[in-house]
Amino acid sequence: MKLSKEQVKHIALLSRLSLSEDEVEMFQEQLSDILNFVEKLNELDTEGIDPKFQIIPPENVLREDIPGVSFPYEKTFLNAPETDGKHFIVPKVVKK
Amino acid sequence: MELINKSLKELSSLIAKKEIKPSEITEELLSRIEKTESKLNAYITVEKEKSIEAAKLKDKELEKLSETEIPDLFGIPLSIKDNILVEGQKMTCASKMLKDFIAPYDATVIKKLREKGAIFIGKNNLDEFAMGSSTETSFFGVTKNPWNLERVPGGSSGGSAAAVAARSAIASLGSDTGGSIRQPCSLCGVVGMKPTYGRVSRYGLTAFASSLDQIGPITKNIEDNAFLLNIISGLDSKDATSAKLPVPNYLEALDNEIKGLKAGLPKEYFIEGIDPEVKEKVMEAVKTLERLGVEIEEISLPHTSYAVETYYIIAPAEASSNLGRFDGVRYTYRAKEYTDLIDMYCKTRAEGFGNEVKRRIMIGTYTLSAGYYDAYYLKAQKVRTLIYQDFQNAFKKVDFIVTPVSPTTAFKIGEKTDDPIKMYLSDIFTIAVNLAGLPGLSMSCGFDNKNLPVGVQLIGKAFDEETLYSVGYKLEKELNINNMPQV
Repeated sequence: MKLSKEQVKHIALLSRLSLSEDEVEMFQEQLSDILNFVEKLNELDTEGIDPKFQIIPPENVLREDIPGVSFPYEKTFLNAPETDGKHFIVPKVVKK
Repeated sequence: MELINKSLKELSSLIAKKEIKPSEITEELLSRIEKTESKLNAYITVEKEKSIEAAKLKDKELEKLSETEIPDLFGIPLSIKDNILVEGQKMTCASKMLKDFIAPYDATVIKKLREKGAIFIGKNNLDEFAMGSSTETSFFGVTKNPWNLERVPGGSSGGSAAAVAARSAIASLGSDTGGSIRQPCSLCGVVGMKPTYGRVSRYGLTAFASSLDQIGPITKNIEDNAFLLNIISGLDSKDATSAKLPVPNYLEALDNEIKGLKAGLPKEYFIEGIDPEVKEKVMEAVKTLERLGVEIEEISLPHTSYAVETYYIIAPAEASSNLGRFDGVRYTYRAKEYTDLIDMYCKTRAEGFGNEVKRRIMIGTYTLSAGYYDAYYLKAQKVRTLIYQDFQNAFKKVDFIVTPVSPTTAFKIGEKTDDPIKMYLSDIFTIAVNLAGLPGLSMSCGFDNKNLPVGVQLIGKAFDEETLYSVGYKLEKELNINNMPQV
């Protein structure tokens, strides 16, 4: 199996990654190789086998809903690329 | 002997007896780091001023404490893999994306170490976002193996393992998703434990593949490793997957009797393609165990040869989701030029991530996307069940399992960087342990003819780190390997 260039571009968009034409070509080869590599799993019959999403059976972790101190603004926005100290500032998303 | 050559446990006792001052260790270690770093590049950040300051405060505090009040790690400098949060210090994940990121809080493991008096001297290099087996994908450059500077230290916790081996760290914490503690420890000749999934809280560890990630200690010897695991283990309300089980005393477990224990040798781990010298050294360790009274039995883990393939579906799928948070809004890096929001996301991520991270995000995105989920992700999770059952069946017959850690000793820098799959196969013996959630201990068992360390892996039942430590402790004594790399 080999991914087409269009498929690579589509995956990149879903992944929110912009790629140059050279990169599309490189990843086309590499991603196809990896997908062919994992094809090996199809040798196994897994009919009737339950998937193991978690090894330790998950359990609900419950606690009383007690108000506490929230994470402070200074720390929350410490690493924001753009902030006014109370909000994360993002490019405009609503068109006029 | 210089302080930096002493074990963590020895330093802890010296401090407890007030025979040395915290600042003496920190100063000696900082000058060691200064000497070795130009050759090794094992650190991304060294907190020189902060740790001297912290050590001097500890000196004063120590004067006031009575011997019984001195906490276990009082004034001892530790280094930490740079994907774990240490409040106020940079945490880069070896990525351009986070090169300026400052940790806003402590990871739970750091909080626990801090409560015991530890000082955090610096952050160790790793593969970008812990994705790799050689520390070559780091944005900050490759770490060199202290045994041979032309070779990789393994990965992804390569900086931690190299620093501990070169005595430019007393001990470190790493993280292990598919072998990232055990494989570099094997390649650098130090001791690393990947605890059972859930043993140690992951809160404050940058998530890579959440169902596989686990933090563990990287140390000079088994005793230090048990000592640190005692401190960092346990239930944490901030990690819902941390186990609600009591934590045994791993130091006490070191003296447990091992005579009469049964060890399994899985035939699938001694296959063609494994370096004959690695096999030979591991088999010598097996003979040593036999001499110590352990019964050896050949076993079979029939789905072993599917583990790497299973992992390279599950880990990238989880990574593609976890790394979605790096969107140019909250975590420091944002592209300078863009046309709209989507373009800002795409350019930020294209500029911020390296190629291995991009590959894994795209593979994960593909295998989780509509129409492919059943064929890839669900299929892999079913095979994971088979791999898990292999171990369950084996543990009906044996108490622990012995295997090599890595099919080869340290390989040359650049040898596998052009071929992702070749690189992926260097984790062939460690990956199944993560998929099954089991504990795995990696320790040195000798050297090949190039004087590169060979590692042996002990795999245990879930939450039975005790057996691994007690076996490892006796094996370590018996093998008595005291070589140190000359850097």
